Amino acid sequence: MELLQLLFGGIANGCIYGLVALGFVLIYKASEGVNFAQGDMMMLGAFIALGLGNSDQLGLPFGLAVILAMVLMGGVGWGIERVVVRQIFGQPQFALVILTIALGFVLRFVAGSIWGYTPLVLETPFTGKNLQLGGIVLGVADLVTILVTAVLTIGLWAFFAFTRVGLAAQAASQNQMAAYIVGVPVMRVNGLIWGLSGAVATVAGVMYASKGAIDPNIGLLGIKAFAAAVIGGMGSLPGALLGGLLIGVVEPIAGRYAPGEFAAMAPYIIMLVVLVTKPSGLFSQMQAKKV
Amino acid sequence: MSLLKAEDIAVHFGGVKAVDGVSFEVDEGEVFAIIGPNGAGKSTIFNLISRIYTMTRGKITFDGTDITRLPSHKVAPLGIARTFQNIELFDHSTVLQNLLMGRHTHRSTNFVEDILFLPKVRREEREHRKRVEEVIEFLELEAYRGKMIAGLPYGVRKVVEIGRALAMGPKLILLDEPASGLSVEESQEVAFWIEDMRRDMGLTVLMVEHDMKLVSAVADRVLAVNNGRPLALGTPAEVQSDPHVQAAYLGTPEEDAA
Repeated sequence: MELLQLLFGGIANGCIYGLVALGFVLIYKASEGVNFAQGDMMMLGAFIALGLGNSDQLGLPFGLAVILAMVLMGGVGWGIERVVVRQIFGQPQFALVILTIALGFVLRFVAGSIWGYTPLVLETPFTGKNLQLGGIVLGVADLVTILVTAVLTIGLWAFFAFTRVGLAAQAASQNQMAAYIVGVPVMRVNGLIWGLSGAVATVAGVMYASKGAIDPNIGLLGIKAFAAAVIGGMGSLPGALLGGLLIGVVEPIAGRYAPGEFAAMAPYIIMLVVLVTKPSGLFSQMQAKKV
Repeated sequence: MSLLKAEDIAVHFGGVKAVDGVSFEVDEGEVFAIIGPNGAGKSTIFNLISRIYTMTRGKITFDGTDITRLPSHKVAPLGIARTFQNIELFDHSTVLQNLLMGRHTHRSTNFVEDILFLPKVRREEREHRKRVEEVIEFLELEAYRGKMIAGLPYGVRKVVEIGRALAMGPKLILLDEPASGLSVEESQEVAFWIEDMRRDMGLTVLMVEHDMKLVSAVADRVLAVNNGRPLALGTPAEVQSDPHVQAAYLGTPEEDAA
């Protein structure tokens, strides 16, 4: 029973890692590089939702606040691509890494100077509510997180598999030159993907904030999500989600049954093991397509 | 009537004059070949037409539209398709997916319609699939339809790239060394396809090619270039017997004598 309880919490946490990891994968597909500001975009998204929705701030209804925050963060993501990332087009991948690390600091500073560094709580309709099922306590926030993650993943999958824009984005990520030749506006598509990743980061941020207080440093969770994306194979959306779930589930179980600080190390140990045994990740694009 | 018109086009990379004052016109329904030694600027001319490079000077007009300053993704919708010397395909996709991607600019459905998979989307999808199947049949790619590009042999990938260009339903197709790296039989097949493209599909073909046998077999007119400058323009026989062209390929007799 205790294991089931841990498993449930782990899956809910893993969903958040997975959502941030989805952001990593999106950007990796669009710009062929890693966006280390992904965690900070999540943080900013959560704060914007808080700023719009909390009763002592703008006090908008929760749903409206979240949707507005997604739209705003979509704009932030699009703007980052437009103003910053596009300038280093054609530079080595490393340039994007350094640039996004710096960007992360900027976003943290921006959030810190608006909302301060003391932890704040996002007011949601489901914060602190629980359901009893058998012997386990199910947090409503956890249930919502799992549900939202499932819906969002299916939505993204459908977007990439079926829509004209999604197919264009996939094409551009595989071969930019070829994409141009068949008429794909590669730059515009990349901007759109950055916007999408901003919106996804906001969802992750809101889900994270529904379970506890937030401060401008919660973006460091992005490192764990990055490990999840690497475990999943960087280029694979379902891989990212599963990588997140794996880390999410292992953490609490290791915390309960393994000694000392092992839980904090577990995500990175898994990442190392995966990198050594399957360097291209558990669900690398190559393998996923072979099926 | 000329479909493509290049007037005094030039592109300089720093001090290197990759293309320097080339003019030519490709007539509708014509097979036009550009030949020249390695580094003569042939592929660069293609890259100017597909707007991957921006011209230093000159003007290119296609079907009455000035494309000199057009963004490169707007070239395809005008009806210009191309292949690359080094093959640019979507490697982690199947042959069918690559060809369907060629239909991109012909898709008119929007995001919401796509997600809802409306009858309009289905109708359009069937039409694209039909066009792609015609190309598959024409190039005899049936056996590879569901195969990933990454695992295919070089010769097949070359054909798939021609297929993607054809699936785009262009008016003008640019073929960058379609026979390079192919066996004698395969390059004969390419010659037949080029003939059919012109005759049955009404396409205009502009090709860069080293294989003079292929050029002589299919091209109506040939432009020879060297060091970014035009050398000769005429029928394959005329160009081949041009003293400047022979000098460019073999070295000048005067130099040898000296």
